[in-house]
Amino acid sequence: MTDTTRPVLDIRNLRVEYPLANGNTLVAVKDIDLMIRPGEIHALVGESGAGKTTVGNALMGLLQAPGKIAAGSIVIAGKEINLRTGRTEGIVPGRDVGAIFQDPMTSLNPLFTVESQLCEGMLTHLKLSSREAKARALDLMKAVGIPEPERRLGSYPHQLSGGQRQRVVIATALACNPQLIVADEPTTALDVSVQAQILKLIRDLADERGVGVLLVTHNMGVVAEIADRVTIMQNGAVVESGSTREVLTAPKAPYARTLIGAVPPIDVRLERLPVPSEETQVALDARASVRRKNAKSETGNRDDMVLSVRDLAVEYGARSLFRKASVFKAVKGVSFDVRRGEIFGLVGESGCGKTTVANTIAGLVTQSGGSINFQGTALGGRREKSVRQSLQMVFQDPYSALNPRLRINAAIAEPILFYKLASSADEARQDAKTLLEAVGLPADAGTRFAHAFSGGQRQRIAIARALGPRPSLLICDEPTSALDVSVQAQLLNLLKDLRDLAGLSMLFISHDLAVIRQMCDRVAVMKAGEIVELADTETLFTAPKHEYTRELLRLAPSVERILGRELASA
Amino acid sequence: MATQSLMRRLPPVSVMIASLVLLIMLILVIFAPLIAPMDPRDVASYSLMDMEIPPAFMEGGDPRFLLGTDNQGRDLVSVILFGLRISVVIGLGAVIFAAVLGVVFGLVAGFFGGMVDSIVMRVADIFVSFPTILVALLISGIARAQLSAETMLAWAPLVLIFSIAINEWVQYARTVRASTMVEIARDYVRAAKVIGLPAPRIMGRHILPNIMSSVMVIATINLAGAILTEATLSFLGAGMPPTYPSLGTLIRIGNQFLFSGLWWIAVMPATVLVILVLAVNVIGDYLRDHFNPKLMAR
Amino acid sequence: MIRLFSVRLLQAILVMVAVTAIAFVMFRFVGDPVASMVREGATQAEKDAVRVALGLDKPVAMQFANFVGQVLTGDLGTSYRYQQPVTTLLLSRLPATLELVIVATVLALSLGIPLGVLCALKPNAFLSRLTQSATLVGISMPTFVTGLLLILIFAVNLRWLPSSGRGDLVDIGLWETGFLSLSGLKSLILPSITLALFQLTLIMRLVRSEMIDVLSSDYIRFAFARGLPRPYIYGRLALRNALMPVVTVTGLQIGQLIAFAIVTETVFQWPGMGLLFTNAVGYPDVPVLAAYLLFVGFLFVMINMIVDILYTFIDPRLRTR
Repeated sequence: MTDTTRPVLDIRNLRVEYPLANGNTLVAVKDIDLMIRPGEIHALVGESGAGKTTVGNALMGLLQAPGKIAAGSIVIAGKEINLRTGRTEGIVPGRDVGAIFQDPMTSLNPLFTVESQLCEGMLTHLKLSSREAKARALDLMKAVGIPEPERRLGSYPHQLSGGQRQRVVIATALACNPQLIVADEPTTALDVSVQAQILKLIRDLADERGVGVLLVTHNMGVVAEIADRVTIMQNGAVVESGSTREVLTAPKAPYARTLIGAVPPIDVRLERLPVPSEETQVALDARASVRRKNAKSETGNRDDMVLSVRDLAVEYGARSLFRKASVFKAVKGVSFDVRRGEIFGLVGESGCGKTTVANTIAGLVTQSGGSINFQGTALGGRREKSVRQSLQMVFQDPYSALNPRLRINAAIAEPILFYKLASSADEARQDAKTLLEAVGLPADAGTRFAHAFSGGQRQRIAIARALGPRPSLLICDEPTSALDVSVQAQLLNLLKDLRDLAGLSMLFISHDLAVIRQMCDRVAVMKAGEIVELADTETLFTAPKHEYTRELLRLAPSVERILGRELASA
Repeated sequence: MATQSLMRRLPPVSVMIASLVLLIMLILVIFAPLIAPMDPRDVASYSLMDMEIPPAFMEGGDPRFLLGTDNQGRDLVSVILFGLRISVVIGLGAVIFAAVLGVVFGLVAGFFGGMVDSIVMRVADIFVSFPTILVALLISGIARAQLSAETMLAWAPLVLIFSIAINEWVQYARTVRASTMVEIARDYVRAAKVIGLPAPRIMGRHILPNIMSSVMVIATINLAGAILTEATLSFLGAGMPPTYPSLGTLIRIGNQFLFSGLWWIAVMPATVLVILVLAVNVIGDYLRDHFNPKLMAR
Repeated sequence: MIRLFSVRLLQAILVMVAVTAIAFVMFRFVGDPVASMVREGATQAEKDAVRVALGLDKPVAMQFANFVGQVLTGDLGTSYRYQQPVTTLLLSRLPATLELVIVATVLALSLGIPLGVLCALKPNAFLSRLTQSATLVGISMPTFVTGLLLILIFAVNLRWLPSSGRGDLVDIGLWETGFLSLSGLKSLILPSITLALFQLTLIMRLVRSEMIDVLSSDYIRFAFARGLPRPYIYGRLALRNALMPVVTVTGLQIGQLIAFAIVTETVFQWPGMGLLFTNAVGYPDVPVLAAYLLFVGFLFVMINMIVDILYTFIDPRLRTR
């Protein structure tokens, strides 16, 4: 029986170092303490580079080559890791520590059956016969709730859905009865509804089996949902630790306050997210100048439709030389309008067609039916130059959004010159400077290349580039989902300011309901290529009509739940 | 420390030696007529009196002939210098021809996709089904049956360049197509499309600079391959004729004297060939690891 | 899966049609088929008779149809040089080539895979560094130079091994083999090493780069996180994934193998199909050239079909598609 008093994990003064090529040492984890008791879920949170994943890797014996445990002690279920070798001698990964990785699509070997991958650990660590192992594998499959477990044992990973694969990964982690499981972003790659199921499974396993779980995550909602205790890390050090309720409701450390404050709330709309603002007079002046130049596009009153989409349908079908593959209907009869000066949101789970709608309006994908009317012009296959100019887009991935071979100035000036909005290259460069200032970057940023900037800065540059051609509609496709939460908050504030100051209309795509609530005036919920509900944002969040909207709102992990605020729909 | 970080940025010693060797060879090739002790094409400049003299460092060697002489009394240093020249020119010609062809087709196939892509890649499949050496031998055989000896002589280098490039362009096309497909999925290319830039401009200004490093790596590795292929064809008798010998032709000639103990006639040009190709490969290998470790191993 | 196969089959047929068309053009239009069939100084009437006998007076389309019919029944014309049916010639040379290619391939695979794995797992070990440098020299050394050096050392200077031919052959019914006599085996050593070296470097480098890729994948990290023994992870899990592309490349490289078999056979005067082909180029013996082209096309198509089928057995993702 598990001893309920003895901790399953006890980390004291853990220090992980990476010797660098230049002779210096990078301290990835700085003298942290952490304790997990049986049946307890302990969340380790922080932004990228905080060192949270390094802690997980140190426990699983997966530290990357030059990295080593430099000091401290790790005790797992009463056994201590040998620090002299930096390896987990005496503690066997797999038997004493179970692992759950982020992406179930890549953490299972595609060439072996589920059964073989489930059993190999038991055969190795528990010395079971293959018949015993198979029987146990079947039990595990039932325990993690996979339908038709007998048949699924013989399946290969590609035959399972993402959620089922993550269940198999969890079963594999449980196979040898470890007392501790390290779950590194276990639901980040999953949709909201699947995420809710997997989180519930992990919670149940902790409760029923008394396993301790170290949950590494960046998502405060997930923390609020299932964690008993939480530790917040910044730059390799612990800044705050305590019970989830305590930390989330009354954070003490300034960084913890900022981090939690930056999480967009789902139950209330804020004017601005409470993050340190870097808005300067320079930025405000630049925006005013941008607005003056944009003046021509601001004719007409606020109720005018910038964009009218009617019965939009999009089909994908790979046609090759020899065969005509089956057609996939990504978008089926979608209709909505975007009014001048408003931010219109499209929300839904992955594969619902929201990005396809954005791509079609932007002209990256051709529609197979319906009409798109943009400022009085029907958009077809070939577009007028003036239409292309007025329609710009900001993409999801800041790291691929900028051409690595082009200086920032050249990248921003290119569309300005292309549309002859500047009479000379010098004037275009001057415009580029103003735009950079308007998005909150120093004007001399333009002389550098993209790799000199962080993700958030790159996204600002991408916004500046999109504003160059003086668009009247800006399409934002998940503009912040690749960013850390505090950077996201700054960028959302920036987009709002730009809308107010530069008079832009926006089509805002996101999977994150909280972000949608903060940003949008009206919103449409998409499911399987169709709009199931379209309403004013406040109406949609306070009185959702469609069953699917209600489910999304109920399942979205949120910090508010632990704060005691109940959603109107729940 | 500054010197230390500078040291770290320099390529390994082997690469520096290879670059030096290649540089020297290029100088020798460009100034061959000035450097070579004699002109192997000028019958008056050599004499049968000097035939089959071993290299200078061996017993019976003659200091006038550093690497010895061949069966006609020609100085091997001169013969090899001119042979090297022909090998390098044909190799470079084939690489440039293949690269231009491959980059254009690869870009177009990757950028437009769909039907265009299918057609280009199926054609590429057929071309690559037949190895360079086989195709070149066939062309040579057909040419022999159809053309006069003089015509063949005049056209030999161009036929060689064509036969090698017609097969090798597929490598560039495949890599460029794959890289193009990766790049067009990136947001900066999508942004360029949304901005409204025309396709040729997106391909030329945005995509091409980002895939150029892979093209350069393939071109370097490919140069080694092209020189080898030319040498092999000439060795088999389907390449450069004995009157305008490349390194491969020289080895073919030397091969006949292997059993008479006149090993240097074959081994000397072979050594130069291997050093040349090795130098190119060392540099190519370094470039591949440096720029694009994921490129297919050859 | 059935559709995948039918697409492949269609592609194969297209390639074969294209190759047959080229072969036909060579037969019909390259050189003068009539001049090579009649004795010297034949009259115009005699030539016309041969022309009619060969069917050259009929429309080109008809001739092509006839040609396809002949090819399908195994009639590939008569060699100008040997005045024998080309099919008989090719078949008599086939065993020599097959024995050489098979021995070389087995040699290359049995050395190339372990060395590739070693270089991926222990990149800093002495043997790995040695192998890595050796392969660079290996790919820089043309096959014919390797052959020449081996001949120079082992045949000319040391006189240990023969430099040409197949040695004594033993008739085992279907063909004459060199496996069963000492001189036959000795003759096989140098050519098979020469041919194997070229394949060896290729396989080794490929296995190495694939293995490095696989080792950095999530599922291998996950296997380590489950504490599975290293030999099991490397030998069973990772190797299986790494060998997948090796199978494809082996299929694609079959053309290269044929090409280098030609070179090897020429250097060692190995009486196989490759030597027949190089000799035909010099003569020029057009029917042999065309027939060889057909044969290579057929071989290429067949091997790629086999690789495709093999692939569906190794890769479960293709089996259920």
